[in-house]
Amino acid sequence: MNSSLMQNGLVLEHYVVLSIVLFATGVMGVLFRRNAIIIFMCIELMLNAVNLLLVAFATFYGDSAGQVFVFFIMAVAAAEVAVGLAILTALYSKLKTTDIDILSKLKW
Amino acid sequence: MTLYAFYFLSFLAVLGALMVVFSRNPVTSVIFLVMTFFTIACHYMLLNAQFLAAVHIIVYAGAIMVLFLYVIMLLNLNDAVEQQKTLLLKVAAVVTGGLLMIVLSAALRTAEVTYVDTSVVGSASSLGKVLLSEYLLPFEAVSLLLLAAMTGAIMLARTRRRKAEDAEGGNAVPESEQTESVAYEQ
Repeated sequence: MNSSLMQNGLVLEHYVVLSIVLFATGVMGVLFRRNAIIIFMCIELMLNAVNLLLVAFATFYGDSAGQVFVFFIMAVAAAEVAVGLAILTALYSKLKTTDIDILSKLKW
Repeated sequence: MTLYAFYFLSFLAVLGALMVVFSRNPVTSVIFLVMTFFTIACHYMLLNAQFLAAVHIIVYAGAIMVLFLYVIMLLNLNDAVEQQKTLLLKVAAVVTGGLLMIVLSAALRTAEVTYVDTSVVGSASSLGKVLLSEYLLPFEAVSLLLLAAMTGAIMLARTRRRKAEDAEGGNAVPESEQTESVAYEQ
């Protein structure tokens, strides 16, 4: 399959550049926004950029291990989102905000 | 043909990612993030990883994004006016993102790429063989991690309510309510 991909002019560099753009967009979003939920989404974006690069590496190198890592990253991301959103919900019920500039203290 | 598909999907993915960052309404951000995830799933198909594409859509678009939407609706943030950062901080954020892009591109530009001409199979059967033989221990550890995450999420959501009831002079949460909240979380 990877040889047919390369015959179509699709090389690994395309995926590297795409992943870099998506990752940088995620970093920019984390710095840009104040809503903690949007920041969570941008973290998901970064994780997905890395996943995409791992799958591209796995395909072009001909090794299934990269796809297994993507599988694990997805599981960890799901756990992270569940716990993070539970924390946000608990904080919101106490403080009525998800603004990270107000949520900058660890203890009230 | 594949190249055009790649460019089209990449354009949609980057557009969706930018709209996630720049749209004012959190619900709009979620919808654009779902679009980005679908394009990434199409990229997986293009890379011959069909099983991962299916899992990606089920886990991200099906579970995680629904959780996000649910929390946004629960906290009633869909029409909330978010405090914006100052213009200086916004410009700094965009410049930082651009610089990171340049640095990563420069670092990876000269990297040597070895193409191995073996046909990798991204089907469920080949991936399952690797996952359940070579990576069996991490696979089991992931199940423990998911259990811990589920328990932690339930605990985080429940402690607050019990404290609130204590503050009102009530006793501990009745047993029936506890089981109800557990079933609700699942």
